[in-house]
Amino acid sequence: MAKLRQCAIYGKGGIGKSTTTQNLVAALAESGKKVMIVGCDPKADSTRLILHSKAQTTVMHLAAEAGSVEDLELEDVLSVGFGGIKCVESGGPEPGVGCAGRGVITAINFLEEEGAYSDDLDFVFYDVLGDVVCGGFAMPIRENKAQEIYIVCSGEMMAMYAANNIAKGIVKYANSGSVRLAGLICNSRNTDREDELIMALAGRLGTTMIHFVPRDNAVQHAEIRRMTMVEYDPKHKQADEYRQLANKIVNNTNFVIPTPIEMEELEELLMEFGIMEVEDETIVGKTAAELAAEAA
Amino acid sequence: MTTLSREETEALIAEVLEVYPEKAKKDRTKHLAVNDQTVEQSKKCITSNRKSLPGVMTIRGCAYAGSKGVVWGPIKDMIHISHGPVGCGQYSRAGRRNYYVGTTGVDTFGTMNFTSDFQEKDIVFGGDKKLAKLIDEVELLFPLHKGISVQSECPIGLIGDDIESVSKKGAAAIGKPIVPVRCEGFRGVSQSLGHHIANDAIRDWVLDKRDGVTFESTPYDVAIIGDYNIGGDAWATRIILEEMGLRVVSQWSGDGTIAEMMNTPKVKLNLLHCYRSMNYISRHMEEKYGIPYLEYNFFGPTKIIESLKKIADFFDDSVKEKTAAVIARYQPMIDEIIAKYKPRLQGKKVMLYVGGLRPRHVIGAYEDLGMEVIGTGYEFGHNDDYDRTIKEMGDATLLYDDVTGFELEEFVKKLKPDMVGSGIKEKYIFQKMGIPLRQMHSWDYSGPYHGYDGFAIFARDMDIALSSPVFGNLVPPWKKAVVEEVKKAA
Repeated sequence: MAKLRQCAIYGKGGIGKSTTTQNLVAALAESGKKVMIVGCDPKADSTRLILHSKAQTTVMHLAAEAGSVEDLELEDVLSVGFGGIKCVESGGPEPGVGCAGRGVITAINFLEEEGAYSDDLDFVFYDVLGDVVCGGFAMPIRENKAQEIYIVCSGEMMAMYAANNIAKGIVKYANSGSVRLAGLICNSRNTDREDELIMALAGRLGTTMIHFVPRDNAVQHAEIRRMTMVEYDPKHKQADEYRQLANKIVNNTNFVIPTPIEMEELEELLMEFGIMEVEDETIVGKTAAELAAEAA
Repeated sequence: MTTLSREETEALIAEVLEVYPEKAKKDRTKHLAVNDQTVEQSKKCITSNRKSLPGVMTIRGCAYAGSKGVVWGPIKDMIHISHGPVGCGQYSRAGRRNYYVGTTGVDTFGTMNFTSDFQEKDIVFGGDKKLAKLIDEVELLFPLHKGISVQSECPIGLIGDDIESVSKKGAAAIGKPIVPVRCEGFRGVSQSLGHHIANDAIRDWVLDKRDGVTFESTPYDVAIIGDYNIGGDAWATRIILEEMGLRVVSQWSGDGTIAEMMNTPKVKLNLLHCYRSMNYISRHMEEKYGIPYLEYNFFGPTKIIESLKKIADFFDDSVKEKTAAVIARYQPMIDEIIAKYKPRLQGKKVMLYVGGLRPRHVIGAYEDLGMEVIGTGYEFGHNDDYDRTIKEMGDATLLYDDVTGFELEEFVKKLKPDMVGSGIKEKYIFQKMGIPLRQMHSWDYSGPYHGYDGFAIFARDMDIALSSPVFGNLVPPWKKAVVEEVKKAA
């Protein structure tokens, strides 16, 4: 029995982390791997494509109903979906109240104590909320949890900023533990020279672009049916893309402590690829009226 | 004999500081000083109200302690909810000896603990719903309460619970005031900020609630501000004020009520005892309502008489005459106390380390008994407190701010006072050294110490401690071997 590999997926909000994770996990399951997904986002949308459900009942929601998390049993929170994939959602409060970060910590502690990380698992995937805003959302990359981090990004400026920031967060935990950056997953937005750009960014960060997932509307068609590509249309070429990604992750051994870059360096890279204009220092702080007066 | 010269005291401070690492030494240097009565502004010689260093065993509390424990807790007809996990409320329950009259659990609630008892789910989903439910339950189970305060524990500030909106809604529903207090323990450097936050909450949620409401006032209306009725202090104070012909409209907050608080803006003069914890609201009432405040001191006859005259000066001749009569009437009692105890206590030296007022306020009471205070310091005082201390203390005496466990022990070993006046955390350390200690926070379960009645008890208690034969026979266990050796050699 191979050692359990725990992976966390991070990336800018809305980049497609949950969709990518579930499609990837479905492909892993299809190849015979035993996988568990732990959704670490109060929105609880990390398992819907696997379970064909709107939103799974979450650990924290059940704990609130039962009185406390100690009153729960593992069976209450664990659902099994496509390909025998085990699904858990940590859950959390509605926006604006309480502490979602603590919800992630509580839920993961519960899973550990209740033995959810069983010996028969090959992979655990943590699908984490967009930004690592506080300690709670860093829980999956602390000691003895996820050791491989995959960052989902695209060739858009903000997605790349976010990727670099996440790399900074990984450095912090890498120095005190064994968490490593395992690669960038480019979820294409069809921007110019996107693959080259992400490969260049990956190079600067000391890692690789592990796969370029092209944009295809079939993914949305599957999603409307609350299904992954592998299940919805296994013969579609997009399903093969996720199989390739899955295969690359299975064989991945390139785990590094990332080398995040300075803001200037990132901006240079963006300018090189024409995503960002060269800054004109002479116009900073000038109103439209002032600029018009100068032009005249 | 044990009084050191200025140079010797300076050398003592230097010696004690020597053991610290460089950074700690640099910080602690600023908090230790030799008193110089010629200095007008304490900032020239001592720094206060700064963050304590880790590892020094400071005895400070937190903002929650300052708000719930000190300012709000004694308001007896309100229910004070410790909002957050159970410990803060439970382990501070009835911990401060602020006496009150009433039937606990029916119309008064001072020694009870009300808490929202946070669980993980309250952290994750927010505690606002639970707080709303708690307010309903309080109203159902304790219908005679006159209002609620919500005392925030640390997690409330971390998860951003909207206690203000719950309080507003709840107050409208039950028709009684509900006061949210943002006194999360991590705020500030000591309980001192909690006092300030609590004062501000009174200002914003209580004080103006009877503005414009008619009130039958007299020219002699006063309020006692900053007396927490430890062991009955406020009662001993009130007796004197009433004998002077004054009408005490409210007591803040020992044995106090929320109605009294709301009526305070109608008084003619605010009498401020604990300046540190209630100067903020006193200043506010001066600015908003034009009510002057007067700092007074009811520890020991010298300061009492000084204060009575100062207070009487504010009023008409009838009060002045009554005050003179009061002073005359109590004089034989004072003479008797002093005649009895002074010969036994004369020349005894005391070191103090208390909170925010008593390090200066009790000096006169000791001096009335012929004793001398040779060192003093505040746990959470600010520089305006030290400004008021310099003149009270003798030249070349020792001042120590937020003193560390190590420093206080060393100072006591070197200065060899006959007694130490401090708290429970210090008590047994010094008593095991063979030095009597009286608790000057709780009056060592005695009191009152305020007023004429209080002075009789104060004098008796100091005598009990100093004259107890136990300290002459007490050899700490770690010195026993040495004593045996000395005996053998002799």
